[in-house]
Amino acid sequence: MLLSIDNLSVSRGGKSLFEGLNFTVSSGQFVSINGGNGVGKTTLLRSIAGLQPIDKGKIVVHADNFIFAGDANGVKTALTVLENLRFWNAIFGGNNLHEALEKFHLRKLKNRFAGKLSAGQKRRLSLARLLLTDRPIWLLDEPTVSLDKTSKEAFSEILKNHLESGGAAVVATHIDLGLTLGSLNINLEDYQTKSGNINSSAKAFL
Amino acid sequence: MIALLHRDLILAVRAGGGFGLGMAFFLIVVILVPLGIGPDMVILSKVSVGVLWVGALLACVLSLDRIFSLDYDDGTLELLLTSPIPLEAVVTVKAFSHWVTTGLPLVIISPVLGLLLGLQVSDIKWVFISLLLGTPAFSVIGAFGAALTVGIRRGGLLLSLLVLPLYIPTLIFGANVASKGLSDISNSSSLLILTAVTLAAFSILPFATALVLRINLR
Repeated sequence: MLLSIDNLSVSRGGKSLFEGLNFTVSSGQFVSINGGNGVGKTTLLRSIAGLQPIDKGKIVVHADNFIFAGDANGVKTALTVLENLRFWNAIFGGNNLHEALEKFHLRKLKNRFAGKLSAGQKRRLSLARLLLTDRPIWLLDEPTVSLDKTSKEAFSEILKNHLESGGAAVVATHIDLGLTLGSLNINLEDYQTKSGNINSSAKAFL
Repeated sequence: MIALLHRDLILAVRAGGGFGLGMAFFLIVVILVPLGIGPDMVILSKVSVGVLWVGALLACVLSLDRIFSLDYDDGTLELLLTSPIPLEAVVTVKAFSHWVTTGLPLVIISPVLGLLLGLQVSDIKWVFISLLLGTPAFSVIGAFGAALTVGIRRGGLLLSLLVLPLYIPTLIFGANVASKGLSDISNSSSLLILTAVTLAAFSILPFATALVLRINLR
């Protein structure tokens, strides 16, 4: 088991979002997190990544086991595509740089400044980071935003390969990525805090 | 970590990186002061240490908010937080690269500007040494302030109000090293305190800065 979530409650800006969430993720498994805007998809992913404190419950995951991709791309516009990837490659100590360029169809763009890329190309560059490391759990927040149809399909294929090679993914998404095998759908609206109670006002400032 | 330093240095010298902003400010201050005070070399050489030190301090403050805000805006900071490199190391590297791109150029041109302000060639080494030992503290203390204000739009004013009091020990002892050295009085005690402040800042503040960043990114 790579990740387990036990009776989790999380709040954002002092407002409790969801409670009593339980699930576990093992290798090869795909977890899709659904629900309307503001239901807490991003907050859940950020909590798993350790970027934000939780109210109740437990998240068990090894810090070296996941790689997080948020809604921001984390792409440096003043660097070229290759320089951007090289940086993350050095940070994660990976050796799959060329594979990442190839799979996300970035080879032709590699010497262009990231600031000159289109939104979808930037997104691809941002997602290419995932292939630079062997970390098994991918925590993805709306990964397919601004990707075109072909890129979406290519990404689904990459995700599928990742799952087949023993990886796992927790993905907040609105679209169907076409992954059925070993997939778990969680609709956060089912866990929504009923009263929507506001925690102590002091907590809102933390 | 070397990759991060390398990246920060490249970003600083590329377009929009803000390299040279501090240096240009420093040059302008030091060149304008003699025009304001007048050409009396005796007076000029008396105020020269103070002008160089205050100029260097303000030049450093000018670019502090860039240490974290650019990485915060494009999401890189969040990704660095979940990367294998400890955040304390990230913070130290970023403070160091701020010094290399802002403080170090000031230290290097300070001898020339010292001559401009009427210092003797033999006295210039103290200005150079004091700035070399003191300016790293400006960057690492500044990184702490930048972490406190990251995510605040136009946080520059708050940032300078936060860090300026913390800069005072470095300013007092740094200027003291230089002015005592100029008048041939023993300055070893000030020199030791100046170095101690810089070393203490580098050994303690990265932990505080990392903690503050984690809280600020929640």
